[in-house]
Amino acid sequence: MMSQNNSVLTSEDRGGPAQPLLVVKDLKKYFSVGNPFFVKNKKYVHAVDNISFSVAKGKTLGIVGESGCGKSTTAKLIARLISPDSGKMVFDGDGVVEYGGIALKEFRKNLQMVFQDSFASLNPRLSIEQTIAYGPSVHGLSKADAVQQARDLLQRVGLAPQQFASRYPHELSGGQRQRVNIARALAYQPRLVILDEAVAALDKSVQAQVLNLLQDLKRERQLTYLFISHDLHVVHYMSDEVMVMYLGQIVEKGPVEQIFSRPAHPYTQALLSAIPSMDPNKRTTKPPLLGDPPNPINPPVGCRFQERCPFVKEVCKSLSPALSTVNEQVEHVVACHLNTESSL
Amino acid sequence: MLNSSTDSTQMRVRNQTQQNSGYWWVVLRQLRQERLAMISAAVLLVLILAAVFAPWIAPADPFKASMLKRLMPIGSPGNILGTDELGRDMLTRLMYGGRLSLIMGIVPVFSAFCIGTSLGLVAGYVGGTLNMIIMRVLDIFYAFPSVLLAVAISGALGPGLSNSLIALTLVFVPQIVRVAESVTTQVRQLDYIEAARMSGASNYSIISMHILANVLGPVFVYATGLLSVSMILASGLSFLGLGVKPPEPEWGLMLNTLRSAIYNKPLIAALPGVFIFITSIAFNLLADGVRSAMDIKK
Repeated sequence: MMSQNNSVLTSEDRGGPAQPLLVVKDLKKYFSVGNPFFVKNKKYVHAVDNISFSVAKGKTLGIVGESGCGKSTTAKLIARLISPDSGKMVFDGDGVVEYGGIALKEFRKNLQMVFQDSFASLNPRLSIEQTIAYGPSVHGLSKADAVQQARDLLQRVGLAPQQFASRYPHELSGGQRQRVNIARALAYQPRLVILDEAVAALDKSVQAQVLNLLQDLKRERQLTYLFISHDLHVVHYMSDEVMVMYLGQIVEKGPVEQIFSRPAHPYTQALLSAIPSMDPNKRTTKPPLLGDPPNPINPPVGCRFQERCPFVKEVCKSLSPALSTVNEQVEHVVACHLNTESSL
Repeated sequence: MLNSSTDSTQMRVRNQTQQNSGYWWVVLRQLRQERLAMISAAVLLVLILAAVFAPWIAPADPFKASMLKRLMPIGSPGNILGTDELGRDMLTRLMYGGRLSLIMGIVPVFSAFCIGTSLGLVAGYVGGTLNMIIMRVLDIFYAFPSVLLAVAISGALGPGLSNSLIALTLVFVPQIVRVAESVTTQVRQLDYIEAARMSGASNYSIISMHILANVLGPVFVYATGLLSVSMILASGLSFLGLGVKPPEPEWGLMLNTLRSAIYNKPLIAALPGVFIFITSIAFNLLADGVRSAMDIKK
């Protein structure tokens, strides 16, 4: 029933399972603040500051952090919806938008995104069938085939096509719309799907259904997810690996169980202790983090977490910590002076 | 999945109505519910038909003067709406005058709609420096009151129908660009445009498929509201002698030439003004109707 044989859309695995699907190197984006014409000393928001990571094939990388820490900017930079100031990306062995690498159009077909606001991400003037069929037809699939594929996808995400195909976005509920958004992303037969707070706006029961749908689709189609969320429960459920961001930088990255059971960075520890426990006897007694993140226009010298860190030392105020290994066997890394000190 | 097993006939009915429930169909259906808008549409239709078919249905020759029948009152035999200061039949001249007045109302707004929407789309979609250049240049036009601007341009180009059409178009372009640009800027930030960009589609495809359809509505409503303004401005130009030249019948010009009769035959002198008033009110009410009909889906 699934029309997987649309030759214009399929793209084969090239580097084998050991090669990371996406490697991001030194990605950086500063946004200038204020009117660029009339301000002498331009100020910049350090939205994403030299981050490097890789996403393994067929895995889910969860990205967590407070709002304003650069999660969504990272997603948009990867999707090239905004262009980075500097940095490189390699998609399955091919440099993205590089000489001899993968072209932007081809790259975007391989990478799709599901946004948080299910309503704003659907064109109100197109029926959902047209919305889903639009992308593949851009890539040269015939209109009839694109519509047929759209109907198959609707069926797959749990919306009966004969009932829903010709409806408009305002006639659907939030959960149904998010299913349409997922179907639209899948229509390109992508290999990497960025889920930017994709379930954050849904209520809990619908959220669970959509998460399970995403898990099924991942298995079925060998997808790789980049799962961005501020909900730690959901990240725990979905991810194979977790990356914690703070003020535009990566502070910790590692396998999900490792991060959730043995967090190495004080910030991660604080985040995890803020999860409400289901057991009243295990309620959090530690004080939560105090204060707000520092102004991203003027981040402090040294470790960016120093002002809120309970373990702050002299070195933190002068030297910015680099990512260092916590546990070599599971590729757990952390950017904290406490870690390097103990290993010295 | 939700209730796919329920009544299948109901579903078929729904499917059939869905077939032609494109956005504009829904708007049209909503518009039919608006009584004032429908009355206005009917009035406009009558005025337009009378203007278009004036040569066949007008009771007299619009240029045939008669010194004996000057300023006959309304209801005179043979001249239902009386005669003007040169004894020409008022009804005939009003019907013929509608041709020019409606052209002066519709043509500038339509051309400004086309030019302004394109400029606004480009400015809003590209953004940045290009946006700033386009918008600041148009702000210069904004600095002048529209009547003054129309008079100035028309005066510079010289009197005549085509010149006043150009002048009026130039008056409306900045206003329409403003609306189109702000709506485009709003729409451009929405996630479905990002999703369309993720498809790898060309800018042209994104603008025509995703942006245009969502920008056109508000701009269209705004432009409909300008129709009456355009007619009144055009009448003003003719009144000042910058538009159509006598003896050509045109509502604004007729107001001017009948000015001398305002004290002894006020009803006759006011007639062209009444027609301008009715037409512009009808355009405005229709625009209001379209606006509220379009709001319903949001």
